[in-house]
Amino acid sequence: MNNAIVIGQYVPGNSLIHRLDPRMKITIIFFFVIVVFFANNIISYSILTIFAILTTLSTRISLRFILKGLTPVWFLIAFTFILHLIVTKEGTVLFDVFGYKVYSGALIQGFAISLRFFLLILITSLLTLTTTPIEITDAVEDLLHPLKKIKFPVHELALMMSISLRFIPTLLQETDKISKAQASRGVDFRTGPIKERLHAIVPLLVPLFVSAFKRAEELAMAMEARGYQGGEGRTRLRQLKIKGLDILVFLFFLAVVAALFWTRNY
Amino acid sequence: MDITFKDVSYIYQANSPFAHKALDHLSFHIPAGSFVAIIGHTGSGKSTLIQHLNGLLTPTEGEVQIGDHQITSDKKPENLKELRSKVGVVFQYPEHQLFDETVRKDIAFGPKNFGVSEEEIERRILEIAPAVGIDESLLERSPFDLSGGQMRRVAIAGVLAVKPNILVLDEPTAGLDPRGQSDIMNMFYELHQRENLTTILVTHSMEDAVKYADHVMIMNKGTKYMEGIPEEVFAQQEALNKVQLDVPEVIQFLNAFNARFGVDIPFRRQSVAELAAEIQHALKGAESIE
Repeated sequence: MNNAIVIGQYVPGNSLIHRLDPRMKITIIFFFVIVVFFANNIISYSILTIFAILTTLSTRISLRFILKGLTPVWFLIAFTFILHLIVTKEGTVLFDVFGYKVYSGALIQGFAISLRFFLLILITSLLTLTTTPIEITDAVEDLLHPLKKIKFPVHELALMMSISLRFIPTLLQETDKISKAQASRGVDFRTGPIKERLHAIVPLLVPLFVSAFKRAEELAMAMEARGYQGGEGRTRLRQLKIKGLDILVFLFFLAVVAALFWTRNY
Repeated sequence: MDITFKDVSYIYQANSPFAHKALDHLSFHIPAGSFVAIIGHTGSGKSTLIQHLNGLLTPTEGEVQIGDHQITSDKKPENLKELRSKVGVVFQYPEHQLFDETVRKDIAFGPKNFGVSEEEIERRILEIAPAVGIDESLLERSPFDLSGGQMRRVAIAGVLAVKPNILVLDEPTAGLDPRGQSDIMNMFYELHQRENLTTILVTHSMEDAVKYADHVMIMNKGTKYMEGIPEEVFAQQEALNKVQLDVPEVIQFLNAFNARFGVDIPFRRQSVAELAAEIQHALKGAESIE
């Protein structure tokens, strides 16, 4: 896998955002995702954009790397924009393209929706870029803890999450290895008619499933051998703790939200 | 087919925080028909190197030449499939690539992809299966019913059935029992001589390198650290220890013996019996002086 998939990849670092409590990060992102939909004019959008840019810069991860990782999403954003240009018919006609009338409302709408989309994806990808999968699952388990009262299997869910996250790179590596072995035996995954290419996937999928099942069995055995018996009475090596920094950042976020709602009526 | 690397570099995940240089301006030449052992510490770039041999990876810099096929950073050969039919690669743990319903179909998979006729495939299966130690009765079984050692043999048969000119072996005996290891290595060696193959063996076993190879290349941090005939390379114990490698046991023994008895028996890939005779001669000779 030469071209790294950035969504879901952790980049080690020691920035402010890296050090934030993961629960705080998840909470802020959760509310950010909601708040983005309340922006309705230039000022409120600018506030959100500035907030997102500040956060991105403070991670100290190279901008080029982050933007490159969002390449698959650019297509979606461009698509949304163009769709709006074609469909929305509000405001005055700006110009004609091959008989299609482009309205000023369409341009504004298209831009706003694309920006909203971009902000959402940027902020959420920052979570995985600056937080290890283990921290994320710990935080999810902690945040969902109240659901235990209604017999929701919080610990099991968190364990499932951490195991699947842990095995994504392993399975990607495995896929890479097997596809190379089969390519050496003359399988062509890249060219040829669709039907043949679909057929070429069988020699890739069968070994992949076989090894995934084998791995699952081995993992279960190893966990049992080390005395795993569910979440009951289990203590943590890494204790999550809210620090002054977290509260400060949260207050800053609240201020941003307040400013947003205040400028909504401008 | 000759293999030539000219100033080849390969960088994983270039232009990202994870960029990692696996090959660093590597140059070498392997003439057709030789048996080359590539040895190196884990992470020295061996696996990256062999993936250049059949165009699975294209160099970030430099030029790879395999026979008439040239691979550079900006140019993949159009006839990649032809190259792959000539270069057979047995990857580490090749049994992980088995997938078909029967052993017969799995062995036939490679040649079929390269357009070999049905009769010819059948002929090859009947020739290769016994050679790798697969009994004919196993051909209709599912490969997933076999033992680990048998699966390995089936996977190797699947590569050999393509009849490559260059055979690349990436630790082909890892994880097998000692008997299975020597069986499989002897089979490869026999094949190498009979079919006049060019064989490239990636290994951690100095014993295998000294036993089979006529040329040894030591890799370290993506570069060529040493190269030459096994007798010369393995004579340099200190240089090898520097890159966490050991010399074969027989040479360790000879070095210790020479030092202890003040004699000088050179290593010439003697058999155990020849060595015993030389030692006897050396000791008797020493006695007669007294």
